[in-house]
Amino acid sequence: MNFFFDLMIGGLAIGACYALIALAMVIIYKTSEVPNFAQGEMAMLATFVAYTIMANYGVGFWTGVIVTLIFAFCLGVVLELCFLRPAENPGVLGSIVITLGAEMILYGLAGWTWGANQNPFPVPFSEYSGITIGGVIITEINLWTMVVSLLVMLILFLFFRFTKLGTAMKAVQQNSFAAKAMGIPTRRILTFTWGLSSSTGAIAGMLIAPIATLDPNMMLDPMLKGFAGGVLGGLTSLPGAAAGAYLLGIIENLFGGYVSLEFKSVVAFAVIVLILCLKPSGLFVKHYERKV
Amino acid sequence: MDMKRDYYEDIQLCKTSTALVLTIGLFCCLVIIPFVLGDYNLYLLNLIAIHSIVAIGLNILVGYTGQISLGHAGFFAIGAYTGVLLMVKGGIPFPLALILAGFVSSGFGFLLGLPALRLEGPYLAIATLGFGMAVTQIISHLDFAGGHMGLQAPKMSIGPFVADTGVEQYAVIMSVTAIMTVAAINLMKTRVGRALVAIRDSEIAAEAMGVNVLKYKTLAFAISAFYTGVGGALMAFALAHISAGSFNLILSITFLAMIIVGGLGSIMGSILGAALLTYLQIKLQVVQEAPIIGPFLLDVSKRFFTAEGLPNIQSILIGGIMIAIVIFEPLGMRGIYLRFKRYWKMWPF
Repeated sequence: MNFFFDLMIGGLAIGACYALIALAMVIIYKTSEVPNFAQGEMAMLATFVAYTIMANYGVGFWTGVIVTLIFAFCLGVVLELCFLRPAENPGVLGSIVITLGAEMILYGLAGWTWGANQNPFPVPFSEYSGITIGGVIITEINLWTMVVSLLVMLILFLFFRFTKLGTAMKAVQQNSFAAKAMGIPTRRILTFTWGLSSSTGAIAGMLIAPIATLDPNMMLDPMLKGFAGGVLGGLTSLPGAAAGAYLLGIIENLFGGYVSLEFKSVVAFAVIVLILCLKPSGLFVKHYERKV
Repeated sequence: MDMKRDYYEDIQLCKTSTALVLTIGLFCCLVIIPFVLGDYNLYLLNLIAIHSIVAIGLNILVGYTGQISLGHAGFFAIGAYTGVLLMVKGGIPFPLALILAGFVSSGFGFLLGLPALRLEGPYLAIATLGFGMAVTQIISHLDFAGGHMGLQAPKMSIGPFVADTGVEQYAVIMSVTAIMTVAAINLMKTRVGRALVAIRDSEIAAEAMGVNVLKYKTLAFAISAFYTGVGGALMAFALAHISAGSFNLILSITFLAMIIVGGLGSIMGSILGAALLTYLQIKLQVVQEAPIIGPFLLDVSKRFFTAEGLPNIQSILIGGIMIAIVIFEPLGMRGIYLRFKRYWKMWPF
């Protein structure tokens, strides 16, 4: 039974990372209908920046994190301004191609700058020791991952609920035309959305880096899982996407523990294809049929 | 400009005598080339031809039918492994193995097409992407497929004829490419091609007009996968070695970039895009050897980046081209060609 709980803890921890990525993608998708395939690479680049300023310039961990978040915010803003704003009505395929192009650029940039080496990402938390509850060890790093992820979700919730900017963003998500008529600067809101989403993704990157190793391929898999988790829960609902990502993390870890470790990363995609066949808009979202 | 007066004119392969002359000229060029160019350039042409087949296949799905696929590296891998395994383990002759590789791949395409019926937009993108990743993962864990080490591909051979040298390989690959290109051009003028275009333009309207959406959508996936599978098998024989790691997401994105750059919904565009991107990819891998720009880039890399990471410049460039095409020229190279043609049509007025 302890084995089961171990797997659950691991699943929850990795699910927490997936959930942050899913949230980052859903924030953008809800506002602009752009599925942001560059999310993982944006997070990867931000994590590399964090690593560089901590390892080469001797910046403290927490200062480094804050600097990274600011950098990620700027990166998101710059990407939106340079790549998405100039495109007029790109359509679904066009926006997918733009974000894929941004992904290639960031991936190449990271490979060019830091090489293909695998770097250890230093964190002040232990990977081995931690607290024990009823025979189940929760390592410090897993605990931190879960706490940080929940904290970020809480902050996002409060932000969307109680601040003027958050309310404006929700208005743009619901009906951008009406929002514009009400005097909300929708384009500026959109740019800000990219910055916010990029910062959220950067947190996920810094949580994943200590578990995996830091190299340009680091976020490829987590990004897809995060997106898959978001699709599983429903791309149009923030809590739904987060729940879907947690679910995916747990399913994946249980499958890896009980059935087959080799095919662990395949099961996530099998699950989403199955779920999408049954509920095409995701588990926690009402399906709308498209009009002619 | 493109006025058609009767049905026969519409389905003609070469619509004007100029087009006929140009086609014959191109054909002659392709025949003469191996006697003029060296082995390295022939190898480059082979890669371009193989990528053209894949790009045509992907364009049938994305450009003509309006579905999105980010998983074509998966079909490519299936085709490559099927072709090699059939020849090595099954002892099946090369031409048959090539066709079977296409059919096995199209079987998987049919299977992927079934869930794709209910999906669209980003949902379809993630489902196909997942398929591509899953195929690579599964293949790298299969023992009989060589695992992570990959497989050694035998030589192409038709009866007693063995394609040993670059020229012979070129002959085999180029003739397969020519056949498949003409087949695709013709296919798009039949009932099937028109049904696919109707689905792209409006699925519901097509259904109302009596197009069986279920049948034609899965068929589009199957045809597309067939082309990609054949391309994969040819690639395996051209490179003589395959490993699962090379069929990754970046490859799928590159395939998509080819048709975006070339032009969606156009066979000629697919070939142009495949040629441009393949050429760039091969040349940029050794960019430090280029005159003038090579040493400069190496210097820049040493100062600000890492020198061993310089080949990464190819993904930066391909990504940049993809974005620039969507922003400035959504029709791709075909759009540029059409604009050029329209300008000269009325020249000098």
